[in-house]
Amino acid sequence: MTPAIRTVGVCGAGGTMGAGIAIVAARAGFATLCHDQSAAGLERAAQQSAGFFGKSVERGKMSAAERDAVLGRMTRTTALADLAACDLVIEAVFEDLQTKRALFGELDALCPPHTILASNTSTLSITEIAAGTKRPDRVVGMHFCLPAQLMKLIEMSPGLITSDATFQAAWAWTEACGQIPVRTQDKPGFILNALLVPFNNDAIRAVEAGVASPADIDTAIKSALGYKMGPLELIDLVGLDTQILLCEAFYPVTLDARAACPPLLRRMVAAGLLGRKSGRGFYTYAGDKMFGA
Amino acid sequence: MRYAVLQGGASRSFPDGDPFLAGAARPEAAEVVLHLGTRPVPDATRKAVLVELGTECLGVHTGEESGEEGSNVLGFARYRNGDDPPSRLVELVRQPRTLDGAIAAARAVFEGAGLTVVVCADQAGRIVDRLARPKYNAALRLLDEGLATAADMDTTCRLGLGYRDGPIERVVRGGLAYHHDVTRALFETYGTPGYAPARRAVVAAAREPR
Ligand SMILES: NC(=O)c1ccc[n+]([C@@H]2O[C@H](COP(=O)([O-])OP(=O)(O)OC[C@H]3O[C@@H](n4cnc5c(N)ncnc54)[C@H](O)[C@@H]3O)[C@@H](O)[C@H]2O)c1
Repeated sequence: MTPAIRTVGVCGAGGTMGAGIAIVAARAGFATLCHDQSAAGLERAAQQSAGFFGKSVERGKMSAAERDAVLGRMTRTTALADLAACDLVIEAVFEDLQTKRALFGELDALCPPHTILASNTSTLSITEIAAGTKRPDRVVGMHFCLPAQLMKLIEMSPGLITSDATFQAAWAWTEACGQIPVRTQDKPGFILNALLVPFNNDAIRAVEAGVASPADIDTAIKSALGYKMGPLELIDLVGLDTQILLCEAFYPVTLDARAACPPLLRRMVAAGLLGRKSGRGFYTYAGDKMFGA
Repeated sequence: MRYAVLQGGASRSFPDGDPFLAGAARPEAAEVVLHLGTRPVPDATRKAVLVELGTECLGVHTGEESGEEGSNVLGFARYRNGDDPPSRLVELVRQPRTLDGAIAAARAVFEGAGLTVVVCADQAGRIVDRLARPKYNAALRLLDEGLATAADMDTTCRLGLGYRDGPIERVVRGGLAYHHDVTRALFETYGTPGYAPARRAVVAAAREPR
């Protein structure tokens, strides 16, 4: 019998995903320890959380008293030892196997035997991360979507050694948070990125092959398939450099040719065309305006 | 822009009763002629001659000249996911030397009917099938490999990516045998594994009476 989850730790809570995951946990009534190595990151996240719940009050989704209670459940710390009393720790630190393994190794030594360790990794293997601990049966994949505080989906993946009890307890916790979990195997990219990354690469290859302009490719996909964003708009938003990182994470593991980095993508990144953040990618941007569409 | 329709059989783009057919003019009064299943004949007196395409390239109808091909003849297909009704999207297929005026005339005809027009090169699968079919193949293969249930894959795409429907429900609804035929044509041209018809599509095609 797995003890009930009452206290949740979030590592990397000063970052983009961790800040959102901490909101999800605290909103659902769990005592939430927000941990990050960066005090400044935690401070920034705390302000974002206060702003997020402040908006919820303005929109009538919660009372001011409820907001104060949620924010009161969120505690900030840069000391990992403060997570010793957690029943569940979710990590959303940098996407690096050694970093995640080292963190879980430390948590393994700190936390009681029943504590479940969950990873929000997008590209790494849950089994390989779990191998950094002496409790691989209590490690699970819990992949939230950006922005975590708004997106309901969580891809849940057991590693090779994860026990059913651990998986079920973690699954039940996501449901208790009002999230919608789906079950996937511990394979590169789980479901979402396994389908999305090669698809986006194919769109880049279509541009490179002169099939159509980026704008016509995006229009075709949105109009025919009903997608809210075309693949090239999406890559511009995510960042062309990030798309390269995704290719480099998946292709060497899967050897799926569609996951290999398209040559045009490398050339564009080399030329500083990173997408929205650099002002130019497949489209050109000036402020909020997009050209070439 | 006045257009005439020459119809030689059922059209996937404009099925019987489609208002576009009712809007057609008599051939002698038309600036643009559409061939829906009829053999296109060059006609320089028209602004554009449009040929409805299936999985074949426009070059099959016009012939090719080592990259110098092109005239007032364009290909087109209104995108349709197999048995689903036609979408609003028209993929207009051009060749390297296609006349700009012909593209403008074709665009005017379709946009005048409230359709969305994109222009693409004469390559297998045009835009949408070239990009969407390998994704459906991947989803079908991942289903076989036990990555997740069909329902969980669809839910992931709807909730995680905001898609209207997931890849499995969409390819099954459109018809796995249809998916087989489209991917077989793509695979014949590109030869890369991503286009090879997925096992479930091969099974469906084998079971379909033809
Ligand atoms: N950004 C996305 O769209 C997205 C979506 C789903 C999953 N993910 C995954 O979430 C994780 C985090 O991504 P992000 O985009 O939020 O990154 P980020 O860089 O915004 O945040 C990472 C945070 O982790 C902290 N950190 C790094 N190492 C640490 C350590 N050893 N101990 C404590 N804190 C540490 C950093 O200070 C930073 O605040 C990655 O595994 C990523 O793959 C990202």
